[in-house]
Amino acid sequence: VLLTTALTAIAILGSFSAVTQRVRAYYMLLLALETGMLGTFMALDLVVFYVFWEAMLMPMYLLIGVWGGQERIRAAVKFFLYTMVGSVLMLVAIISLYFLHHAQTGTYTFDLAALYQTNIPLGAQFWLFSAFALAFAIKVPMFPFHTWLPLAHVEAPTAGSVLLAAVLLKMGTYGFLRFAMPLFPNAAFALTPVICALAVIGIVYGALVAMVQPDLKKLVAYSSVSHLGFCMLGMFAMNPEGWSGSILQMLNHGISTGALFLLVGVIYERRHTRLISEFGGLWKVLPAFSVVFLVVMLSSIALPGTNGFVGEFLVLLGAFKTQRLWAILAATGVILSACYMLWMFQRVVFGAVTNSANEGMKDLTPREALVFAPLLLLIFWLGIFPQPVLSRIQPSIQETIDLVNNRAVAIRTWEARSAMIDAGIQPCCPDKAEIAPGVAK
Amino acid sequence: VSPLAEVGYGPGDFGATLPVWALSIASMIILLVCMSRRRWAAPVSAGTALLGLAVAGVGAWAHRFETRALFNDMYRVDPYSTFFVLVFVAIGIVSVLLSWDYLERTNLNHGEFYALVVLSALGMIFMAAANDLIMIFLGLELMSLALYVLAGFRKNRFESNEAALKYFLLGAFATGFLLYGVALVYGATGTTNLSKIGGFLVASPVRDTPLLVIGALLLFVGFAFKVSLVPFHMWTPDAYEGAPTTATAFMSAGAKAAGFAGLLRVAMIALPELTPDWTRLLTGIAILTMTVGNVTAILQSNLKRMLAYSSIAHAGYVMLGVIAGGAGGAQAVLYYLAVYSVMNLGAFGVVSLMGKGSDERVRVQELAGAGFRYPWLGIAMTVFMLGLAGIPPTAGFMGKLLLFRSALEGGHVMLVIFAVLNSVVAVYYYLRPIVVMYMTQPEGEALEVSSALPAAVALAVLVIATFWLGTASGSLTGAAMQSVLAVFP
Repeated sequence: VLLTTALTAIAILGSFSAVTQRVRAYYMLLLALETGMLGTFMALDLVVFYVFWEAMLMPMYLLIGVWGGQERIRAAVKFFLYTMVGSVLMLVAIISLYFLHHAQTGTYTFDLAALYQTNIPLGAQFWLFSAFALAFAIKVPMFPFHTWLPLAHVEAPTAGSVLLAAVLLKMGTYGFLRFAMPLFPNAAFALTPVICALAVIGIVYGALVAMVQPDLKKLVAYSSVSHLGFCMLGMFAMNPEGWSGSILQMLNHGISTGALFLLVGVIYERRHTRLISEFGGLWKVLPAFSVVFLVVMLSSIALPGTNGFVGEFLVLLGAFKTQRLWAILAATGVILSACYMLWMFQRVVFGAVTNSANEGMKDLTPREALVFAPLLLLIFWLGIFPQPVLSRIQPSIQETIDLVNNRAVAIRTWEARSAMIDAGIQPCCPDKAEIAPGVAK
Repeated sequence: VSPLAEVGYGPGDFGATLPVWALSIASMIILLVCMSRRRWAAPVSAGTALLGLAVAGVGAWAHRFETRALFNDMYRVDPYSTFFVLVFVAIGIVSVLLSWDYLERTNLNHGEFYALVVLSALGMIFMAAANDLIMIFLGLELMSLALYVLAGFRKNRFESNEAALKYFLLGAFATGFLLYGVALVYGATGTTNLSKIGGFLVASPVRDTPLLVIGALLLFVGFAFKVSLVPFHMWTPDAYEGAPTTATAFMSAGAKAAGFAGLLRVAMIALPELTPDWTRLLTGIAILTMTVGNVTAILQSNLKRMLAYSSIAHAGYVMLGVIAGGAGGAQAVLYYLAVYSVMNLGAFGVVSLMGKGSDERVRVQELAGAGFRYPWLGIAMTVFMLGLAGIPPTAGFMGKLLLFRSALEGGHVMLVIFAVLNSVVAVYYYLRPIVVMYMTQPEGEALEVSSALPAAVALAVLVIATFWLGTASGSLTGAAMQSVLAVFP
């Protein structure tokens, strides 16, 4: 929530000069978007969650469609339709869950805390988890549902890109942590290999595609796909290290990718192009800009000392413990990210000024400096001393992981017991049922 | 003993049937006023229509908790019919307000238009309140005949004549089906009274006599035509396109609500014993209706045709509630019909404002850039499109939520999955007007928009209602539930 409000303020600050038409409507939509985002994160009732989740689509859609670039209409419609497909199926799952809960307890409720107590049969879990996971995976986005993201990012105005990267994508990962995994733990465990595989494909594929992008914004967009693969991998490592790494990585991605989009926005405003080949030698013309760019870029490749390192390290640490193969593959993503980021940086910032149009560019204005200052501060703070944040998220992680594990066991037990009852055997005591065949603790 | 008392209608029942009296009298007065060809005839007719509808609304509201069986149990005053009376009255009032300026602009300003609207609303009320197949037939005819004339009201336009003729020929055919169905059901059960048919079937050992099944099927065809379910939807796009836009608004909302009101009562009171066997057939029709409606709507470049196909798709959604049955399903149907009427009236209302004077514009492309030049119109259109698409926090979302919930409760999971995927398809074409309004620039001449105070007021109310019924939906869902529970055991 804090990340959301902070980044909205920064995004608004960052768009003072970029948006020159229809200013009032633009800010109105930004604030509507913020309302939707806050509501989504704070909802503890599934229908309320869904309402905010959907309500958020519209402002974002208009932001992309009205203030976007060349292909804005296609980008906006694609963004909207992709997200809708996922979310309507989630709605069906939500309603089914509501009836399942009623069938067991006799009360109708959408309250999350109550639904955490429901025993859901394994077969139903699989479908319901798939429906939720599809909605969230599209939002994250995981490979192969990521194709809307580069388009939307490239076409969106800067503030839109920032919020899209920093907050909207997080709603997907948040959804996994808060809803999909605790509600359907057994299905989550069962589908772990699939999701890890997709996450790792996302990491490597995103990085490889990012490497060959000629457009700065597209490069950053694909790097997002790669980074969010790390988040997903950490989450499905199913241990505290992985989870805290994953959450930290979400935060980092919000900060560094948000900053990258802002930086691209800065030079786009001056040159009206985002092609890497158009730039070169910016260090000489824009020293302050280049320093900021350097730091943010390093944070994005997760150099020790920046925030990115802590997150990725924890994710890989967690993943090594449970998913060794995937962790090794994912580690190559770290190297690849260094490749594409450094290469891009070299082409944009170092060397001689080859394009004469770049000579007259102005460096950061005080307002822009004000935009970046808090972000840089966060990058270093989280990189050198992440403890305050980590200790904040630790207890809630432990609680949720316990919840997932306990529920998984409880539901297995419940399934086995009802299977026995169905088979005509009266389970005499809970212990008996737990050691019944097919029950693993 | 007076003849009225003989059929079970005492002086005490006058208040409860005030809607019928008010609308009948209002239509007579309008027709008398119209005999004068003075300039004031049309505004006076419109005023009379508004007054009659308002009195009808007040009368219905005052007796909203009552249940009475009148005229030998042919006409019921009960919360269910009252719910629909209020919906029809609201539809009528909004249509009159929308037409006020529109008719003058398009040189159609004859008071008879309002008489037809009022008469048609009266027919709708009979359909919702009828507890007898004959009465349903009479209501259907009264409503339809008025609508046929309304569709052809622009008598010097080719499309309008085509609309009226097509609507009339196919409609007459469908009414024939309905009447034949009534006859067969009467043959099978010995009565046309809905409650008695239901009672007969509960007591009867043989339910699947061919006579009854065919009769019920023909009844269903008659209703399916009126609410435009696939494959009985062919008339809809042409009739909606050719009719004057405000008449389209009126018939798209009113006829659909009335058709479902009648269908639901027949299904729940007279033939509940049959419905389980029908689930598969109805499921197929619902899926077909949604898919054909939505997919065809994507291809339309004419806004009125697009909305026509979308209204076909909406009939498919409503079928979810009919199939689910039970109190939950019926409640969802009532709620959805009410909010669908609000949003559809609004969408057609916006279309009716497009273009200056008698120069009507109805193509999607012509909205280009209108969103920023006419901000209020743009916002209204956006709200109605999002509402019809079922995006929260509009009423359309709550309506779909209730329908899906009732269908899932009935165990129709596949049907619901088809419905939600269909609603994604629908989003695509509902977004198009928004895209065009806000994201493109007009080629050539920009759209001009007429301004009319009554229509603006009506649209503002509809916009607020779309949000209000979506966020504070409790009052309407509660009312729908009470209406259903009072009638269906």
